[in-house]
This record gives sequence, structure tokens and C-alpha cells, in this order.
Amino acid sequence: MSATTEPVPGRPARVRGPAQDVAGLGIGRAFGFVAPALLLIGAFLVFPALWTIYIGITNYRLTGVEAVSPSIVGLSNYTRALNDALFHNALWLTLLFVLGSAIIGQNFLGFALAWTMRRARPVVRRTVEALVLLAWILPSTVVAYLWIAFFDRDTGTLNSILGTQGTAWLIEYPMACLIIFNTWRGTAFSMMLYSSALQAVPPSQLESARMVGASGWQTLRDVVFPHIRGHVLTNTLLISLWTANDFSPFLLTKGGPNHESETVPVYIYNVALQGGELGYSSAISFLLLIANLLVALLYLRLLRRRS
Amino acid sequence: MAGIDIEGLATVYPNGVRAVDGLDLHVADGEFFALLGPSGCGKTTLLRTIAGLENASEGTVRIDVADVTRMEPGKRGVAMVFQDYALFPHMTVSENITYPLKVRRVAAATRTATAGRTSSELSLQGLLERRPGQLSGGQQQRVALARAIASEGKVLLLDEPLSNLDARLRLEARTFLKKLQRDLGITTVFVTHDQAEALALADRIAVMQNGRLRQLGSPREVFARPANTFVANFIGSTPMNLLDGAVAAVSDGGSVSVANGSLPAATGSVPAGAEVTVGVRPEYLTLSDGDVNGPSLRGEVVVAENLGTSSLVSVDCGGTLIGVTVPEESEPAPGTSVVLTAPEQRVLLYDRESGELLAKQPAAVG
Repeated sequence: MSATTEPVPGRPARVRGPAQDVAGLGIGRAFGFVAPALLLIGAFLVFPALWTIYIGITNYRLTGVEAVSPSIVGLSNYTRALNDALFHNALWLTLLFVLGSAIIGQNFLGFALAWTMRRARPVVRRTVEALVLLAWILPSTVVAYLWIAFFDRDTGTLNSILGTQGTAWLIEYPMACLIIFNTWRGTAFSMMLYSSALQAVPPSQLESARMVGASGWQTLRDVVFPHIRGHVLTNTLLISLWTANDFSPFLLTKGGPNHESETVPVYIYNVALQGGELGYSSAISFLLLIANLLVALLYLRLLRRRS
Repeated sequence: MAGIDIEGLATVYPNGVRAVDGLDLHVADGEFFALLGPSGCGKTTLLRTIAGLENASEGTVRIDVADVTRMEPGKRGVAMVFQDYALFPHMTVSENITYPLKVRRVAAATRTATAGRTSSELSLQGLLERRPGQLSGGQQQRVALARAIASEGKVLLLDEPLSNLDARLRLEARTFLKKLQRDLGITTVFVTHDQAEALALADRIAVMQNGRLRQLGSPREVFARPANTFVANFIGSTPMNLLDGAVAAVSDGGSVSVANGSLPAATGSVPAGAEVTVGVRPEYLTLSDGDVNGPSLRGEVVVAENLGTSSLVSVDCGGTLIGVTVPEESEPAPGTSVVLTAPEQRVLLYDRESGELLAKQPAAVG
């Protein structure tokens, strides 16, 4: 008798073959690898988000009776938001902030820098890139302090340069200051993204356009832009969302004067911690989340239509 | 239509490399002109300098008499086809072809007419609404050519026009390209590293090395009488035999001693006893098994390589390997004793030191 068992013809032995996925892990082990990440995401992202939705339908407050025993108030926080002039103001300012500093400011400045630095000497390019990057990687508090010093009424750098001593920029033109500040702060990302995107444009196509006498604008429109459309969409989405959720305006103006620079994240903070209305601020947070989601969905749609 | 005049042209890169180094060249009106050389010889840089994509550091480029040395590429009246064709992937074939006209803001009706005319010239009918990604390599190349032609330049520049095609298509495209150039009569300069391509297509060839011109002449001249050992080595699908030798006799029916024998040679003004490099193409050597009159070499067949309609036979002549091509079916077996000889005008003498062709023998072209 043979010691080895012959497989019966027509009935293959029930051997568990290697898993059919790319890494050959199988579902069990693959889940094991992602479980820690899923737990962290669940604990620090999904749970707080669900908690926010819950608080949003209560009258939970920072202090007082409702802090101890909040009661469910249904959608009244949301109906209140719909009629809240300060919330409308915050939405409008956020829109301005996103449009001015992200969609226009960072996008255009980032692209312009990437486009001009493409042919610059390596020394110049590296220096500019390092400076732009520095604005991006410095902590918000440090940067905010620098800009407060820059805009300061009495000893500000800007007033010294322009000879306009006594102009309180952050009080007289708070939104303009914030837009300039955030453009400066966030351009690095757009510049780097566009720098690498531009490398995907074949040089021979640029040269072809040059050979037929295309102007700089025609080259951008006909050759460069069609190649980097996906990058433009991705970049615009990311910087729009980041800017809409950005809290650093608070560090410069605290939303003032008189709510003139109170973007939605700043408003949420003021409502929650200055006003103590945690329930209402959670409702607004949820509305901001919905708005972000809508923008992201719109973007995904655009991207899919492209391909 | 226009000729190209290049005088003392040098193109120096920022790192100091002189890619084109003091070049004089004239391309006649309507000529099909090849820039040939190994990679790094400066041929592409020269083409790009003519196009205006590289700045000339010294010298001048004239197209149709006008000095274009400092002119923008778009204003030179030059059309160029890039090695990768550089078609715009997001535009249809028709839009690609008429892009030069769109840049000049030509009316849409005229553009459509041009697209129709040019595409039929290049047998692209029926493909006008496709995108480049849906075309074969050969079709893409023809679209690139159509775009260049539609721009109505005075001069057409082609960078390695056949190198992106597979071997079979390359021959087809070669014939097509030559016929197209003949039909259009447009002055055309193309760059290639493939000597067979240059020989097949060009009216004249400029062989380049290290940014300098090594020989300028018709394919026949360049093949039959290379001006130096560099060109001799570079041209020809089987390498030229370059052998150490010495002039044996200078009178009528002069000869050079090579290896273990001698070959007839028109020695011209080269004195007897001069040490030279003897160049003779395998195609011009004849192989026989009996005695021959006049100077000849004796040897033994080492190996025979089949080249299709002929075979390259390596013959050991007293320790020196000499290549000779023989027609198919007359290929000798290895070990056979053979005799080699060549017509006098096919044996070229080069200076041992400089590698330049000696003895301005009467040209044996024809």
C-alpha cells in the first residue's frame, strides 16, 4: 500500500488553495491588517461624528441645567439655523473666503509659480519652493502671530512699508486680510501639485505648439490645461474643503470686528464656547459636514464624467 | 519653397557641451537631407537649432535668404514632426491637423477644407473624427506629418521619423515618406541614427560626429567613398574592412600590401612604402577558390553568416579576419581555402594617423 493518498479523479481533494486576492492574504488575515486602522477611525472619527449628530438634536449646553440633563429638541436647532442671520453671514463669509483664498488665490498663484519655476534655474526654483513650503509647514499659531505683527496698527510691517501708520488692517479690512493670509499660507500645496502635474505634459507637445507659433495663453489652453484637468479638479476640491474648515482665521481676528470675519468654523466655536450652546453648534457642524459632502460628490461626478 | 544656409553654427549647452560645433551646411531648395550620426553627435541639437527650439550660440541660420537665427520658432516658417509625433491626445485627428491654422485664427470653413485635403494626401480619410489614441503607429505618424504640412512651412524637419515604428511598418513608412517628399517638393531635413534609413531616403547625407561634420555627400558617395574611417565604420550594414597596410607599388596598377597578400589600389600621390589604413567593403570584395591575376589575398573561411540574399563570410588571411559578402548558394564551407580580390577603385587608402581619405583618386561613383 502506498503511503500517499491518491486524489480521486473527478473529485479534487478539498485543499484550501492560496487566496485569490493580489496579496494572497485571504479575507481573515486582510481584515486583521486593517482592523487597527478601522478601530482608530471608528473611535476618533465615526463616533464623534455620530455624537455630533446626536448632540445636534438636543439642547445640550456648556453650563447650567441642560449641561447635566439635556433634552431632545428634535430639529429645532436646524430650523433656528435657517433663520439665524449670523449663520447666514458666516456662510457668506466662508464662501468668500473659499472663493478668494482657495479657488482663486491658492489655485492661480500655485499654478503661476509652478509654471514659471518650471524653466527657472535650479537655485532659484529651490529657493522659491523652500520659502513657499515654509509658509505651509509652520504651525498656525506661529504664522498667525507673524501676520498679526505684519498687519498691526501701531508697529506693523505693512504700515511701515506703505507709510500708512495708524491703519488697523485687521479691523478695517478683516476679510481681505484673511484671504491674503490664507493664500500665502496654502499656496505651497497647489504649487507642488501643479509642479508634478506639469511634468506629465510631454515636452514635445509644448514644443509642437511653439513650432506653430501658439502664444503662451494658447499653449496653456490647448495643450497644458487638457493634460492637467484632473489635477485642477482634485486640487480645487482639496483646498476648498480645507479652507472651508480652516480655523486659523480665528487666530487673527476671532471672527470680529462685529462678526465681519466670522466664517462657519469660527462661528461654530463662538457659539459653542463663547455662547455655550453646544447643541446648536453641533447642528451647524453637521450642516457644514453636509455642505462638504455635497462639494465632494459634485467633484467626483465631474471627475467621472471626464474619464 | 526655400533652402537652408548654415554658417559657423555652434550650439553650446549651459554645462559647456558644444553639441554643435562650428558647422557650415547648405540644404538646397526641395532637397531631402539627412543628418546622420551616432547618438550624442549633435544631429538632433542641430535640427532643433534650425527649428529655433535651441538657441544658436554662434553663427547664423538662414531660411530662404532671411536670417532666422534669433527668430521665434513659430515665425520661421518651419514645420517639425517630433520623434513621438506629439499629437494632442484630447483633440481629434482633424483638430490636430488644423491646429496650426487655429493658432493663426483661420476661419473654421478653411480649416475643414484643409483637413479634408491634407488627410486625403496622407490617406487618412475616414479617421478625421478619431482620437490619436485610437490610431496605429503608422497612422499617428501620418497625422503628425499632415499637421506639419497643414502649417504650410517652407521647410519640414523630421526628428527620427521612423524610429517609433516596428520593423515591417518602418519599410512601408520609408517608401511613403520618400514619395510624399517628392510629391510635395518641400525642403526636408531629417535626423536619423540609422545609416540604412539615411541611404534609402536622402538626396544628400551629412554624417556628424561630436558636433562636427565628418562627410557631406550623396548616399552613393558616402557609401562608396567614405571621407574618413569614422564614416567608413558607420555607414554600411556590414562594417567596412579597415586593415593596416602599406603602399607596395605606385605605378599603373598600384597596390597595397595587406595582411598576408596585397590588393590593387589607385595610390595617386601616396608614396610607396607609406603606412596606411586600407578600407574595402565586404560587398566589393570578390571571393574565388582558384588563382586570380594581380594582387590578391589568400585565406581560409572561418565562418559564414546568412544575411538573406547574401552571406557574410569571414576569411582568415594570415591572422587578419576579413569580411566578404557572397551571393546566396555560393557560400563556401568553413575551412575552405579561398582567394580575395577587389577592383582597384574600391580599395580606399586612409591616413593611419588622422583616418582621413588619402589619394584623391578619380571618383568611382556611378
